[in-house]
Amino acid sequence: MYKILKAEELADKIYLMDVHAPRVASHCQPGQFVIVKLDDKGERIPLTICDYDREAGTITIVFQIVGASTEKFAGLKAGDTFRDFTGPLGCASELVEEDLESLKKKKILFVAGGVGAAPVYPQVKWLHNHGVDADVIIGSKTQNMLILEKEMEAVAGNLYVTTDDGSYGRSGMVTKVIEELVKEKGNQYDVCIAIGPMIMMKFVCLLTKELNIPTVVSMNPIMVDGTGMCGACRLQVGDEIKFACVDGPEFDGHLVDFNQAMKRSQMYKTLEGRAMLKLQEGDTHHGGCGNCGGED
Amino acid sequence: MADMLKKVPVREQDPQVRATNFEEVCLGYNQEEAMDEATRCINCKNAKCIEGCPVSINIPAFIHEVKEGNIEEAYHVIGKSSALPAVCGRVCPQESQCEGKCIRGIKGEPVSIGKLERFVADYALEHDIKPTGAESTNGHKIAVIGSGPSGLTCAGDLAKLGYEVTVFEALHELGGVLVYGIPEFRLPKQKVVAKEIEKVKELGVKFETNVVIGKSTTIDQLMEEEDFEAVFIGSGAGLPMFMGIPGENGNGVFSANEYLTRSNLMKAFDDSYDTPIVAGKKVAVVGGGNVAMDAARTAKRLGAEVHVVYRRSEAELPARVEEVHHAKEEGIIFDLLTNPKEILVDENDAVKGMKVVKMELGEPDASGRRRPVEIAGSEYEIELDTVIMSLGTSPNPLISSTTKGLDINNRKCIIATEEDGKTSKAAVYAGGDAVTGAATVILAMGAGKAGAKGIHEYLSNK
Ligand SMILES: Cc1cc2nc3c(=O)[nH]c(=O)nc-3n(C[C@H](O)[C@H](O)[C@H](O)COP(=O)(O)OP(=O)(O)OC[C@H]3O[C@@H](n4cnc5c(N)ncnc54)[C@H](O)[C@@H]3O)c2cc1C
Ligand SMILES: Cc1cc2nc3c(=O)[nH]c(=O)nc-3n(C[C@H](O)[C@H](O)[C@H](O)COP(=O)(O)OP(=O)(O)OC[C@H]3O[C@@H](n4cnc5c(N)ncnc54)[C@H](O)[C@@H]3O)c2cc1C
Ligand code: SF4
Ligand code: SF4
Ligand code: FES
Repeated sequence: MYKILKAEELADKIYLMDVHAPRVASHCQPGQFVIVKLDDKGERIPLTICDYDREAGTITIVFQIVGASTEKFAGLKAGDTFRDFTGPLGCASELVEEDLESLKKKKILFVAGGVGAAPVYPQVKWLHNHGVDADVIIGSKTQNMLILEKEMEAVAGNLYVTTDDGSYGRSGMVTKVIEELVKEKGNQYDVCIAIGPMIMMKFVCLLTKELNIPTVVSMNPIMVDGTGMCGACRLQVGDEIKFACVDGPEFDGHLVDFNQAMKRSQMYKTLEGRAMLKLQEGDTHHGGCGNCGGED
Repeated sequence: MADMLKKVPVREQDPQVRATNFEEVCLGYNQEEAMDEATRCINCKNAKCIEGCPVSINIPAFIHEVKEGNIEEAYHVIGKSSALPAVCGRVCPQESQCEGKCIRGIKGEPVSIGKLERFVADYALEHDIKPTGAESTNGHKIAVIGSGPSGLTCAGDLAKLGYEVTVFEALHELGGVLVYGIPEFRLPKQKVVAKEIEKVKELGVKFETNVVIGKSTTIDQLMEEEDFEAVFIGSGAGLPMFMGIPGENGNGVFSANEYLTRSNLMKAFDDSYDTPIVAGKKVAVVGGGNVAMDAARTAKRLGAEVHVVYRRSEAELPARVEEVHHAKEEGIIFDLLTNPKEILVDENDAVKGMKVVKMELGEPDASGRRRPVEIAGSEYEIELDTVIMSLGTSPNPLISSTTKGLDINNRKCIIATEEDGKTSKAAVYAGGDAVTGAATVILAMGAGKAGAKGIHEYLSNK
């Protein structure tokens, strides 16, 4: 059992938790993830490690409600427990492995979309602690879904916040900000790290390819075990098939087949919609919601 | 009285009924039937059957106890050699192992050793008979990686010798392939696997789940920082292979491991569990081994029409004869001498069919089996919504890539000696599928025993 020490709602449908998991906390690096399972009957849900405290033996996770399992997670409070909490999984971010001196010479741009700000944060913080200041763009649909702005401000070089609907900060998508920074301000970046919804990463990659900025993305396909045993997480990267859980989750964004990856992540959409309905409506759930014409 | 030439028949669930449920197919002997079958064993002095058993169970001795009705005593005889008899009695390929050597088999059918072993073990589980362990511990700490049959056996044997053993398991449940691969209808998880693992716990073995060695910690750190004096690696061969044909990343193409894991480990067949599974209406399982049979029979139970697509002929099917027989009885269709060329997908990348080619058998290849060759121009398409790839697995590089000085061969298998599991790294032993590549439960158990012996000798002489 893994105890939740802190649980808070960061923004609309986005939650942060500190979980006691000493083995994970003693070995994790930025870029890695954990698999969390609520109870006996729960799903194995992958979540990025957003922060860690080796002394206290805790891991910070940030998640957004998208389906039945994350909805259940959202109901947990400090003092509650997860039955299972495995990790760290996947490979550490390449930055962490790189030579510090050469890293210090680099101009780095982070692009975070939605909850993607959570996995971006530990990398920016790690760089900051090692004397490297990176530029960060955080994009959010709207103001009340924006997370980690203050925390990011403390560790980023320049921080640019934008909302799709213009309700806070700049207005428009993250790609608009990248264009401004590079084309108008003339900023030169040696590497871009983009983490967020697949659709965002896809468009960031299309742009950075045009701008000739090498780009790393963190892929979040559907996973089961997270240890390389099932192949559910496979992706087409260049002419190779990669398992995101062991070969990634970070890949060269210019090589990833995003269209395929996005279709693959829709695989359980209808099934999951039903599970969600069942959860919300409890025993009253009877298949016919009026919109779908029943379960036939 | 039993017919001396024939096994006492074993009761099974009716094929029509069982094809729609996940209850166990084979119902096993009751005591009367078991005692009857036991009379067929002639208690050979130079018992060939023992040579056929990789963990050398004293088969005539336990069968003798069954004949006398001393079931508890029979359990203790088996317990000296095997920690998982209820499992082995169900899934060992007995026909090529113990029963393959039985003298009775020369003229007539061999003694039904597996079914007798199963009866004794189930009796012990039902009556909660405790295994006999060590009186006290010797204070030496051993780490075992993986809770599959090799790890469990090694841990159990070392605990019986008084070692303090901790098993580290990456997944959230114990048992390895026994829980995530082999389906409920062949090997019940709660009734058999969990209870048999409980017996290993009763020997004093500690278990830590959710620890991925190579990630959560490493073998070197276990020895340097946590004072483990020796390590046994029983991490299996879990990495699934794909064919590399077009369309293989389509929605609805699964590895057998994913399909079976969703159904067995995550219990997706049971609505009260959260993990989903796409049951499929028309399913092709590509491959012909035990794993393919399990995937096919699982898909059948989830309601699909199921085809096993295999490139050689029936005679070459690597699956156990009993499994193929059961699959056919349940209505699985075999498309033999057929090989996939491409998986066809619709505009959403969802599987809609498969292009296959007919094959014929040519000259024998390195495995001694006749090599399948394509018949030119014989391609055709079949309509499908799900394809399950069951082409075999190889060991995961997670451990070998994070352990200094641990040698592997060109198939990514850890190199270890057969008689004591010794690897290229001091104090590190290995066995089971991680060493041999995908094999069998009983061979993995044999390797676990060898590893325990190796570790005991190493620490005794240190
Ligand atoms: C390596 C990795 C790191 C991740 N890190 C985070 C994180 O830090 N914070 C966070 O909020 N989420 C993260 N995710 C995504 C998160 O795992 C999914 O949101 C979660 O599994 C959804 O579970 P659910 O039961 O609530 O919804 P599901 O039952 O899984 O389904 C909800 C919908 O989301 C789709 N879906 C299923 N799994 C995923 C997935 N893995 N990614 C995207 N869509 C999915 C389904 O098709 C379905 O339409 C990460 C995923 C991976 C693989
Ligand atoms: C579907 C299927 C059906 C089969 N049917 C039969 C049958 O009928 N009869 C038969 O004899 N054999 C059968 N087999 C084969 C048999 O199950 C295996 O040969 C046997 O389980 C191998 O045992 P093992 O202990 O070596 O490894 P496994 O059973 O694979 O166990 C390895 C364990 O190690 C864990 N692990 C891996 N890496 C790490 C790590 N880094 N850190 C911590 N833990 C780790 C895994 O999660 C797993 O639990 C079948 C296999 C499959 C897949
Ligand atoms: S363990 Fe397997 S091989 Fe040995 S006697 Fe039992 S069934 Fe036969
Ligand atoms: S070989 Fe057959 S008959 Fe002889 S002891 Fe073994 S089981 Fe009995
Ligand atoms: S999640 Fe199963 S192999 Fe990656």
